[in-house]
Amino acid sequence: MSLIEEPRGRVEVPVRPAPPIPYGMLAELTHRCPLQCPYCSNPVELDRRNVELDTETWLRVFSEAAKLGVLQVHLSGGEPTARRDLEQMIRHCVEVGLYTNLITAGVGVTPERLQSISDAGIDHVQLSFQGATAEMTDKVSNFRGAHERKLAVAREVRRLGLPLTVNSVVHRANIHQIPDFIELALALDARRIEIAHSQYYGWALRNRGALMPTRDQVFWALDVVEEARVRLKGVLTIDAVVPDYYAKYPKPCMNGWGRQSLNVTPSGKVLPCHAAETIPSLDFWNVREHSLTDVWLNSPAFNAFRGTDWMPDLCKSCERKEIDWGGCRCQAMAIAGDAAATDPACHLSPLHADLLALAEADAEGSDIYDYRRYFQPDRAS
Amino acid sequence: MTATLAATGVPKLARGVRLRHDEARGQWVLLAPERVLNPDPVAVEILKKVDGARSIDTIVDELATAFTVERATVATDVDAFLAGLAEKGLIEVTSPVIGDAAS
Ligand code: SF4
Ligand code: SF4
Repeated sequence: MSLIEEPRGRVEVPVRPAPPIPYGMLAELTHRCPLQCPYCSNPVELDRRNVELDTETWLRVFSEAAKLGVLQVHLSGGEPTARRDLEQMIRHCVEVGLYTNLITAGVGVTPERLQSISDAGIDHVQLSFQGATAEMTDKVSNFRGAHERKLAVAREVRRLGLPLTVNSVVHRANIHQIPDFIELALALDARRIEIAHSQYYGWALRNRGALMPTRDQVFWALDVVEEARVRLKGVLTIDAVVPDYYAKYPKPCMNGWGRQSLNVTPSGKVLPCHAAETIPSLDFWNVREHSLTDVWLNSPAFNAFRGTDWMPDLCKSCERKEIDWGGCRCQAMAIAGDAAATDPACHLSPLHADLLALAEADAEGSDIYDYRRYFQPDRAS
Repeated sequence: MTATLAATGVPKLARGVRLRHDEARGQWVLLAPERVLNPDPVAVEILKKVDGARSIDTIVDELATAFTVERATVATDVDAFLAGLAEKGLIEVTSPVIGDAAS
Protein backbone atom coordinates (compact mmCIF):
# COMPACT_ATOMS: atom_id res chain seq x y z
CA MET A 1 0.00 0.00 0.00
CA SER A 2 1.20 3.45 -0.55
CA LEU A 3 0.42 7.10 -0.51
CA ILE A 4 1.00 8.93 -3.71
CA GLU A 5 1.25 12.64 -3.39
CA GLU A 6 -0.73 14.38 -6.08
CA PRO A 7 -0.33 18.03 -6.82
CA ARG A 8 3.29 18.58 -5.86
CA GLY A 9 6.33 18.12 -8.00
CA ARG A 10 5.92 16.35 -11.25
CA VAL A 11 2.45 14.99 -11.60
CA GLU A 12 1.52 12.34 -14.11
CA VAL A 13 -1.81 13.55 -15.35
CA PRO A 14 -4.09 10.64 -16.15
CA VAL A 15 -5.69 10.70 -19.56
CA ARG A 16 -9.03 12.38 -19.08
CA PRO A 17 -10.89 14.86 -21.18
CA ALA A 18 -9.44 18.32 -20.72
CA PRO A 19 -9.57 20.55 -18.80
CA PRO A 20 -8.39 19.01 -15.55
CA ILE A 21 -10.16 19.36 -12.21
CA PRO A 22 -8.78 21.93 -9.76
CA TYR A 23 -7.47 20.80 -6.36
CA GLY A 24 -7.25 24.10 -4.57
CA MET A 25 -9.02 27.41 -4.36
CA LEU A 26 -7.56 30.56 -2.86
CA ALA A 27 -10.40 32.59 -1.43
CA GLU A 28 -9.24 36.15 -0.87
CA LEU A 29 -12.03 37.15 1.48
CA THR A 30 -10.94 40.75 1.88
CA HIS A 31 -8.08 43.06 1.08
CA ARG A 32 -8.33 44.73 4.48
CA CYS A 33 -5.28 44.07 6.64
CA PRO A 34 -3.67 45.89 9.56
CA LEU A 35 -0.20 45.22 8.18
CA GLN A 36 1.55 46.87 5.24
CA CYS A 37 4.04 44.37 3.87
CA PRO A 38 5.88 45.87 0.90
CA TYR A 39 5.79 42.51 -0.94
CA CYS A 40 2.08 41.88 -0.46
CA SER A 41 0.73 39.80 -3.34
CA ASN A 42 -2.49 41.80 -3.41
CA PRO A 43 -2.88 44.11 -6.38
CA VAL A 44 -1.79 47.71 -6.06
CA GLU A 45 -5.45 48.69 -6.55
CA LEU A 46 -6.96 47.15 -3.43
CA ASP A 47 -10.64 46.22 -3.24
CA ARG A 48 -12.53 48.22 -0.65
CA ARG A 49 -14.95 46.80 1.85
CA ASN A 50 -18.03 48.00 0.02
CA VAL A 51 -17.23 45.89 -3.06
CA GLU A 52 -16.58 42.67 -1.10
CA LEU A 53 -18.81 39.68 -1.80
CA ASP A 54 -21.48 39.10 0.82
CA THR A 55 -21.71 35.98 2.96
CA GLU A 56 -24.35 34.31 0.87
CA THR A 57 -22.34 34.61 -2.32
CA TRP A 58 -19.23 33.17 -0.70
CA LEU A 59 -21.22 30.22 0.63
CA ARG A 60 -22.54 29.57 -2.87
CA VAL A 61 -19.00 29.79 -4.27
CA PHE A 62 -17.77 27.20 -1.73
CA SER A 63 -20.59 24.84 -2.64
CA GLU A 64 -19.77 25.25 -6.32
CA ALA A 65 -16.08 24.69 -5.62
CA ALA A 66 -16.82 21.42 -3.86
CA LYS A 67 -18.98 20.30 -6.75
CA LEU A 68 -16.29 21.21 -9.25
CA GLY A 69 -13.85 18.94 -7.42
CA VAL A 70 -11.88 21.41 -5.32
CA LEU A 71 -10.54 19.64 -2.23
CA GLN A 72 -8.79 22.37 -0.29
CA VAL A 73 -9.80 25.96 0.29
CA HIS A 74 -7.28 28.53 1.41
CA LEU A 75 -9.02 31.30 3.32
CA SER A 76 -6.82 34.28 2.78
CA GLY A 77 -6.80 38.02 2.20
CA GLY A 78 -5.72 40.61 3.20
CA GLU A 79 -6.48 39.45 6.67
CA PRO A 80 -9.32 36.89 6.51
CA THR A 81 -10.24 37.32 10.16
CA ALA A 82 -11.35 40.87 9.28
CA ARG A 83 -14.49 39.13 8.00
CA ARG A 84 -16.88 38.55 10.88
CA ASP A 85 -18.59 35.79 8.90
CA LEU A 86 -15.39 33.74 8.66
CA GLU A 87 -16.64 31.07 11.06
CA GLN A 88 -19.85 30.72 9.10
CA MET A 89 -17.83 30.17 5.95
CA ILE A 90 -15.61 27.58 7.64
CA ARG A 91 -18.62 25.66 8.92
CA HIS A 92 -20.10 25.68 5.45
CA CYS A 93 -16.85 24.42 3.90
CA VAL A 94 -16.72 21.57 6.41
CA GLU A 95 -20.31 20.71 5.56
CA VAL A 96 -19.62 20.45 1.84
CA GLY A 97 -16.44 18.45 2.45
CA LEU A 98 -13.83 21.11 1.78
CA TYR A 99 -10.56 21.10 3.71
CA THR A 100 -10.00 24.55 5.19
CA ASN A 101 -6.71 26.34 5.57
CA LEU A 102 -6.55 29.72 7.30
CA ILE A 103 -3.84 32.06 6.06
CA THR A 104 -3.53 34.77 8.66
CA ALA A 105 -1.12 37.50 9.76
CA GLY A 106 -2.32 36.94 13.31
CA VAL A 107 -2.58 40.60 14.32
CA GLY A 108 -5.88 41.41 15.96
CA VAL A 109 -6.82 37.76 16.44
CA THR A 110 -7.80 37.17 20.05
CA PRO A 111 -7.70 33.79 21.81
CA GLU A 112 -11.51 33.86 21.88
CA ARG A 113 -11.64 34.35 18.13
CA LEU A 114 -9.20 31.51 17.57
CA GLN A 115 -11.28 29.26 19.78
CA SER A 116 -14.36 30.03 17.73
CA ILE A 117 -12.46 29.48 14.45
CA SER A 118 -11.24 26.16 15.80
CA ASP A 119 -14.75 25.20 16.91
CA ALA A 120 -16.04 26.01 13.44
CA GLY A 121 -13.75 23.24 12.20
CA ILE A 122 -10.70 24.87 10.65
CA ASP A 123 -8.19 22.19 9.59
CA HIS A 124 -4.90 24.05 9.42
CA VAL A 125 -3.50 27.47 10.28
CA GLN A 126 -0.79 29.19 8.34
CA LEU A 127 0.68 32.15 10.21
CA SER A 128 2.92 34.70 8.54
CA PHE A 129 6.09 36.09 10.11
CA GLN A 130 7.68 39.06 8.37
CA GLY A 131 10.86 38.57 10.38
CA ALA A 132 12.35 36.06 12.79
CA THR A 133 12.82 38.83 15.36
CA ALA A 134 10.47 41.48 16.70
CA GLU A 135 12.55 44.23 15.20
CA MET A 136 12.40 42.76 11.69
CA THR A 137 8.73 41.76 11.75
CA ASP A 138 7.68 45.17 13.00
CA LYS A 139 9.76 46.99 10.43
CA VAL A 140 8.72 44.93 7.40
CA SER A 141 5.03 44.87 8.33
CA ASN A 142 5.18 48.50 9.47
CA PHE A 143 3.28 47.62 12.62
CA ARG A 144 4.67 48.02 16.12
CA GLY A 145 4.22 44.98 18.30
CA ALA A 146 3.18 42.71 15.43
CA HIS A 147 5.77 40.06 16.27
CA GLU A 148 4.68 39.64 19.89
CA ARG A 149 1.08 39.23 18.82
CA LYS A 150 2.02 36.61 16.26
CA LEU A 151 3.94 34.62 18.86
CA ALA A 152 0.88 34.65 21.10
CA VAL A 153 -1.34 33.47 18.24
CA ALA A 154 1.06 30.66 17.35
CA ARG A 155 1.03 29.37 20.93
CA GLU A 156 -2.74 29.53 21.04
CA VAL A 157 -3.05 27.65 17.75
CA ARG A 158 -0.94 24.83 19.14
CA ARG A 159 -2.74 24.88 22.47
CA LEU A 160 -5.94 24.22 20.50
CA GLY A 161 -4.23 21.25 18.87
CA LEU A 162 -4.34 22.75 15.38
CA PRO A 163 -1.53 22.05 12.92
CA LEU A 164 0.58 25.15 12.36
CA THR A 165 2.62 26.30 9.40
CA VAL A 166 4.98 29.25 9.76
CA ASN A 167 4.91 31.28 6.61
CA SER A 168 7.90 33.52 5.94
CA VAL A 169 8.51 35.67 2.92
CA VAL A 170 12.19 36.41 2.46
CA HIS A 171 13.91 39.23 0.61
CA ARG A 172 17.07 41.28 0.84
CA ALA A 173 16.46 42.68 4.33
CA ASN A 174 15.60 39.42 6.10
CA ILE A 175 16.98 36.60 3.94
CA HIS A 176 19.89 36.19 6.38
CA GLN A 177 17.33 35.22 9.02
CA ILE A 178 16.36 31.95 7.31
CA PRO A 179 18.11 29.84 9.98
CA ASP A 180 16.28 31.88 12.64
CA PHE A 181 12.94 31.44 10.89
CA ILE A 182 13.53 27.70 11.01
CA GLU A 183 14.43 27.85 14.72
CA LEU A 184 11.33 29.95 15.33
CA ALA A 185 9.12 27.37 13.61
CA LEU A 186 10.63 24.61 15.75
CA ALA A 187 10.22 26.65 18.93
CA LEU A 188 6.57 27.28 18.07
CA ASP A 189 5.98 23.57 17.47
CA ALA A 190 5.06 24.09 13.82
CA ARG A 191 5.26 21.00 11.64
CA ARG A 192 5.79 22.93 8.49
CA ILE A 193 7.47 26.12 7.36
CA GLU A 194 7.12 27.89 4.05
CA ILE A 195 10.09 29.94 3.03
CA ALA A 196 8.94 31.89 0.03
CA HIS A 197 11.15 34.33 -1.75
CA SER A 198 9.22 37.42 -2.58
CA GLN A 199 7.58 37.16 -6.02
CA TYR A 200 7.55 40.36 -8.00
CA TYR A 201 3.93 41.18 -8.75
CA GLY A 202 1.59 43.69 -7.18
CA TRP A 203 3.25 45.54 -4.31
CA ALA A 204 6.43 43.52 -4.60
CA LEU A 205 6.94 44.73 -8.15
CA ARG A 206 6.66 48.31 -6.91
CA ASN A 207 9.24 47.51 -4.24
CA ARG A 208 11.52 45.34 -6.31
CA GLY A 209 14.54 47.59 -5.82
CA ALA A 210 14.18 47.38 -2.06
CA LEU A 211 13.42 43.65 -1.94
CA MET A 212 15.68 42.01 -4.50
CA PRO A 213 18.36 39.89 -2.84
CA THR A 214 21.84 39.61 -4.26
CA ARG A 215 22.90 36.53 -6.16
CA ASP A 216 25.18 35.50 -3.28
CA GLN A 217 22.33 35.78 -0.79
CA VAL A 218 20.10 33.60 -2.96
CA PHE A 219 22.66 30.82 -3.37
CA TRP A 220 23.52 30.93 0.32
CA ALA A 221 19.79 30.61 1.11
CA LEU A 222 19.43 27.57 -1.15
CA ASP A 223 22.26 25.81 0.69
CA VAL A 224 20.89 26.65 4.12
CA VAL A 225 17.45 25.34 3.22
CA GLU A 226 18.84 22.12 1.72
CA GLU A 227 20.94 21.43 4.78
CA ALA A 228 18.00 22.09 7.12
CA ARG A 229 15.71 19.87 5.06
CA VAL A 230 17.99 16.90 5.50
CA ARG A 231 18.67 17.62 9.17
CA LEU A 232 14.99 18.09 10.08
CA LYS A 233 13.44 15.30 8.04
CA GLY A 234 10.43 13.94 9.88
CA VAL A 235 10.46 16.88 12.30
CA LEU A 236 9.74 19.91 10.17
CA THR A 237 8.63 20.02 6.56
CA ILE A 238 10.31 22.85 4.71
CA ASP A 239 8.60 24.03 1.55
CA ALA A 240 10.56 26.67 -0.30
CA VAL A 241 9.50 28.89 -3.14
CA VAL A 242 12.77 29.74 -4.81
CA PRO A 243 13.38 32.87 -6.83
CA ASP A 244 13.99 32.13 -10.46
CA TYR A 245 15.70 35.35 -11.47
CA TYR A 246 19.10 33.74 -10.95
CA ALA A 247 18.03 30.25 -12.05
CA LYS A 248 18.42 28.32 -15.26
CA TYR A 249 14.78 27.31 -15.63
CA PRO A 250 11.63 29.14 -14.59
CA LYS A 251 9.34 27.88 -11.85
CA PRO A 252 6.38 25.78 -13.02
CA CYS A 253 4.00 28.58 -12.20
CA MET A 254 0.75 27.26 -10.68
CA ASN A 255 1.83 23.86 -12.06
CA GLY A 256 0.23 25.00 -15.28
CA TRP A 257 -2.30 27.73 -15.98
CA GLY A 258 -5.88 26.74 -15.21
CA ARG A 259 -4.75 23.27 -14.31
CA GLN A 260 -4.81 22.78 -10.53
CA SER A 261 -6.12 25.88 -8.86
CA LEU A 262 -8.14 29.05 -8.99
CA ASN A 263 -8.34 32.25 -7.05
CA VAL A 264 -11.38 34.33 -6.13
CA THR A 265 -10.79 37.99 -5.27
CA PRO A 266 -12.71 39.91 -2.57
CA SER A 267 -15.02 41.38 -5.20
CA GLY A 268 -15.64 38.04 -6.90
CA LYS A 269 -13.34 37.99 -9.89
CA VAL A 270 -11.99 34.52 -10.64
CA LEU A 271 -8.31 34.44 -11.55
CA PRO A 272 -6.04 31.60 -12.69
CA CYS A 273 -3.37 32.98 -10.31
CA HIS A 274 -3.33 35.83 -7.82
CA ALA A 275 -1.27 38.09 -10.09
CA ALA A 276 -3.23 37.44 -13.28
CA GLU A 277 -4.79 40.89 -13.22
CA THR A 278 -1.41 42.31 -14.23
CA ILE A 279 -2.13 40.94 -17.72
CA PRO A 280 -4.30 43.66 -19.25
CA SER A 281 -5.58 41.63 -22.21
CA LEU A 282 -7.35 39.07 -20.02
CA ASP A 283 -11.06 39.14 -19.37
CA PHE A 284 -11.98 37.81 -15.92
CA TRP A 285 -15.42 36.53 -15.13
CA ASN A 286 -17.08 37.24 -11.82
CA VAL A 287 -18.86 34.77 -9.53
CA ARG A 288 -21.70 37.28 -9.30
CA GLU A 289 -22.54 36.47 -12.93
CA HIS A 290 -21.18 32.97 -13.51
CA SER A 291 -21.00 29.69 -11.65
CA LEU A 292 -17.50 28.61 -10.71
CA THR A 293 -17.68 25.62 -13.05
CA ASP A 294 -18.67 27.90 -15.91
CA VAL A 295 -15.70 30.17 -15.18
CA TRP A 296 -13.29 27.25 -14.89
CA LEU A 297 -14.40 25.63 -18.13
CA ASN A 298 -15.36 28.53 -20.33
CA SER A 299 -13.89 31.84 -19.28
CA PRO A 300 -11.42 33.29 -21.78
CA ALA A 301 -8.90 34.07 -19.02
CA PHE A 302 -8.66 30.41 -17.96
CA ASN A 303 -8.39 29.16 -21.50
CA ALA A 304 -5.86 31.77 -22.60
CA PHE A 305 -2.78 29.84 -21.46
CA ARG A 306 -4.16 26.42 -20.66
CA GLY A 307 -2.17 23.45 -21.92
CA THR A 308 0.61 24.00 -24.45
CA ASP A 309 -1.12 25.29 -27.60
CA TRP A 310 -0.62 28.95 -26.74
CA MET A 311 3.14 28.54 -26.36
CA PRO A 312 5.78 30.26 -28.45
CA ASP A 313 7.79 27.84 -30.63
CA LEU A 314 10.73 27.94 -28.23
CA CYS A 315 8.62 26.30 -25.51
CA LYS A 316 6.41 24.22 -27.80
CA SER A 317 9.43 22.37 -29.12
CA CYS A 318 11.06 22.04 -25.69
CA GLU A 319 11.07 18.80 -23.70
CA ARG A 320 10.33 20.72 -20.50
CA LYS A 321 7.07 22.18 -21.75
CA GLU A 322 4.98 20.01 -19.44
CA ILE A 323 7.43 20.37 -16.57
CA ASP A 324 7.56 24.14 -16.18
CA TRP A 325 4.71 25.06 -18.56
CA GLY A 326 6.79 27.86 -20.08
CA GLY A 327 7.14 29.52 -16.67
CA CYS A 328 5.13 32.39 -15.32
CA ARG A 329 2.76 34.36 -17.56
CA CYS A 330 2.79 37.35 -15.26
CA GLN A 331 6.57 37.49 -15.23
CA ALA A 332 6.59 37.25 -19.04
CA MET A 333 4.15 40.17 -19.04
CA ALA A 334 6.21 42.22 -16.59
CA ILE A 335 9.57 41.68 -18.25
CA ALA A 336 8.90 40.86 -21.91
CA GLY A 337 5.76 42.96 -22.19
CA ASP A 338 4.04 39.90 -23.67
CA ALA A 339 2.15 37.41 -21.52
CA ALA A 340 2.54 34.70 -24.19
CA ALA A 341 6.34 34.92 -24.31
CA THR A 342 8.74 32.38 -22.82
CA ASP A 343 9.33 33.40 -19.21
CA PRO A 344 12.53 35.48 -19.24
CA ALA A 345 13.67 33.52 -16.16
CA CYS A 346 14.41 30.66 -18.57
CA HIS A 347 18.02 30.73 -19.75
CA LEU A 348 16.77 29.94 -23.27
CA SER A 349 14.75 33.14 -23.43
CA PRO A 350 16.32 35.89 -25.54
CA LEU A 351 15.51 38.24 -22.64
CA HIS A 352 17.24 36.20 -19.95
CA ALA A 353 20.33 38.42 -19.87
CA ASP A 354 18.13 41.50 -19.48
CA LEU A 355 16.35 39.91 -16.55
CA LEU A 356 19.63 39.06 -14.86
CA ALA A 357 20.94 42.58 -15.37
CA LEU A 358 17.72 43.96 -13.96
CA ALA A 359 17.93 41.72 -10.89
CA GLU A 360 21.54 42.65 -10.29
CA ALA A 361 20.77 46.35 -10.61
CA ASP A 362 17.76 46.05 -8.28
CA ALA A 363 19.86 44.20 -5.70
CA GLU A 364 21.82 47.45 -5.39
CA GLY A 365 18.61 49.47 -5.02
CA SER A 366 17.48 51.71 -2.18
CA ASP A 367 16.18 50.06 1.00
CA ILE A 368 13.20 52.38 1.35
CA TYR A 369 9.82 50.62 1.16
CA ASP A 370 6.67 51.84 -0.47
CA TYR A 371 4.38 50.19 2.07
CA ARG A 372 1.13 48.54 1.02
CA ARG A 373 -1.84 50.84 1.55
CA TYR A 374 -5.11 52.02 0.13
CA PHE A 375 -4.51 55.11 -1.94
CA GLN A 376 -7.21 57.08 -0.14
CA PRO A 377 -8.22 56.51 3.45
CA ASP A 378 -10.67 53.64 3.51
CA ARG A 379 -13.57 55.14 5.39
CA ALA A 380 -15.65 52.02 4.97
CA SER A 381 -13.53 49.92 7.34
CA MET B 1 11.02 -3.75 9.19
CA THR B 2 10.15 -5.06 12.65
CA ALA B 3 7.07 -4.13 14.63
CA THR B 4 7.20 -0.51 15.67
CA LEU B 5 3.74 0.29 17.01
CA ALA B 6 2.13 -1.37 20.01
CA ALA B 7 -0.68 -3.63 18.82
CA THR B 8 -2.86 -2.37 21.63
CA GLY B 9 -2.42 1.23 20.50
CA VAL B 10 -5.44 3.09 19.18
CA PRO B 11 -4.68 5.16 16.09
CA LYS B 12 -6.65 8.19 14.99
CA LEU B 13 -6.18 10.76 12.27
CA ALA B 14 -4.33 13.82 13.55
CA ARG B 15 -6.19 17.12 13.69
CA GLY B 16 -5.98 18.63 10.22
CA VAL B 17 -6.01 15.26 8.45
CA ARG B 18 -9.16 14.01 6.78
CA LEU B 19 -10.09 10.99 4.71
CA ARG B 20 -12.85 11.46 2.20
CA HIS B 21 -14.20 10.15 -1.02
CA ASP B 22 -13.54 12.51 -3.90
CA GLU B 23 -16.60 12.25 -6.11
CA ALA B 24 -15.23 14.40 -8.91
CA ARG B 25 -12.27 12.10 -9.51
CA GLY B 26 -13.84 8.87 -8.26
CA GLN B 27 -11.19 8.09 -5.67
CA TRP B 28 -10.37 8.29 -1.98
CA VAL B 29 -8.10 11.07 -0.78
CA LEU B 30 -6.32 11.82 2.45
CA LEU B 31 -6.23 15.57 3.01
CA ALA B 32 -3.50 17.12 5.13
CA PRO B 33 -1.94 20.57 5.48
CA GLU B 34 -1.04 21.65 1.93
CA ARG B 35 -1.13 18.03 0.84
CA VAL B 36 -3.47 15.76 -1.07
CA LEU B 37 -2.54 12.10 -0.79
CA ASN B 38 -3.92 9.22 -2.82
CA PRO B 39 -4.13 6.06 -0.75
CA ASP B 40 -4.29 2.85 -2.78
CA PRO B 41 -7.27 0.48 -2.21
CA VAL B 42 -5.57 -1.48 0.59
CA ALA B 43 -4.52 1.71 2.35
CA VAL B 44 -8.10 3.00 2.08
CA GLU B 45 -9.43 -0.13 3.82
CA ILE B 46 -7.00 0.43 6.68
CA LEU B 47 -7.66 4.16 6.90
CA LYS B 48 -11.42 3.65 7.07
CA LYS B 49 -10.86 1.74 10.29
CA VAL B 50 -8.61 4.37 11.82
CA ASP B 51 -11.35 6.00 13.87
CA GLY B 52 -9.86 6.63 17.29
CA ALA B 53 -11.84 3.70 18.73
CA ARG B 54 -10.40 0.53 17.18
CA SER B 55 -6.99 -0.68 18.34
CA ILE B 56 -4.40 -1.82 15.84
CA ASP B 57 -5.14 -5.39 16.93
CA THR B 58 -8.81 -4.98 16.15
CA ILE B 59 -8.06 -3.43 12.78
CA VAL B 60 -5.81 -6.36 11.89
CA ASP B 61 -8.42 -8.89 13.03
CA GLU B 62 -11.16 -7.27 11.01
CA LEU B 63 -9.08 -6.96 7.86
CA ALA B 64 -7.79 -10.54 8.10
CA THR B 65 -11.37 -11.78 8.39
CA ALA B 66 -12.77 -9.53 5.68
CA PHE B 67 -10.11 -10.39 3.12
CA THR B 68 -9.30 -13.93 4.28
CA VAL B 69 -5.61 -13.20 4.43
CA GLU B 70 -3.23 -14.71 6.96
CA ARG B 71 -3.28 -12.59 10.10
CA ALA B 72 0.51 -12.32 10.40
CA THR B 73 0.77 -10.87 6.90
CA VAL B 74 -1.94 -8.32 7.56
CA ALA B 75 -0.32 -7.39 10.87
CA THR B 76 3.03 -6.68 9.23
CA ASP B 77 1.45 -4.58 6.47
CA VAL B 78 -0.80 -2.59 8.77
CA ASP B 79 2.05 -1.92 11.14
CA ALA B 80 4.39 -0.73 8.41
CA PHE B 81 1.70 1.50 6.93
CA LEU B 82 0.58 3.05 10.21
CA ALA B 83 4.15 3.54 11.44
CA GLY B 84 4.82 5.51 8.26
CA LEU B 85 1.74 7.65 8.85
CA ALA B 86 2.72 8.25 12.46
CA GLU B 87 6.18 9.33 11.41
CA LYS B 88 4.67 11.84 9.00
CA GLY B 89 2.43 13.14 11.76
CA LEU B 90 -0.71 12.10 9.90
CA ILE B 91 -2.00 9.86 12.69
CA GLU B 92 -1.63 9.78 16.45
CA VAL B 93 -1.47 6.54 18.35
CA THR B 94 -2.63 6.66 21.93
CA SER B 95 -0.02 4.38 23.40
CA PRO B 96 3.74 4.72 23.38
CA VAL B 97 5.65 3.97 20.23
CA ILE B 98 8.17 1.19 20.72
CA GLY B 99 11.02 0.05 18.52
CA ASP B 100 12.99 2.16 16.09
CA ALA B 101 10.34 4.35 14.48
CA ALA B 102 10.31 6.81 17.37
CA SER B 103 11.64 10.13 16.23
S1 SF4 C 1 1.24 40.19 2.92
FE1 SF4 C 1 1.21 41.52 4.74
S2 SF4 C 1 -0.04 43.28 4.09
FE2 SF4 C 1 -0.43 41.65 2.59
S3 SF4 C 1 -2.23 40.63 3.38
FE3 SF4 C 1 -0.45 39.52 4.18
S4 SF4 C 1 -0.03 40.42 6.18
FE4 SF4 C 1 -1.39 41.82 5.09
S1 SF4 D 1 11.98 26.99 -23.31
FE1 SF4 D 1 9.99 27.16 -22.35
S2 SF4 D 1 9.41 25.04 -21.82
FE2 SF4 D 1 11.62 25.04 -22.29
S3 SF4 D 1 12.61 25.29 -20.30
FE3 SF4 D 1 12.39 27.35 -21.16
S4 SF4 D 1 10.42 28.09 -20.35
FE4 SF4 D 1 10.48 25.86 -20.04
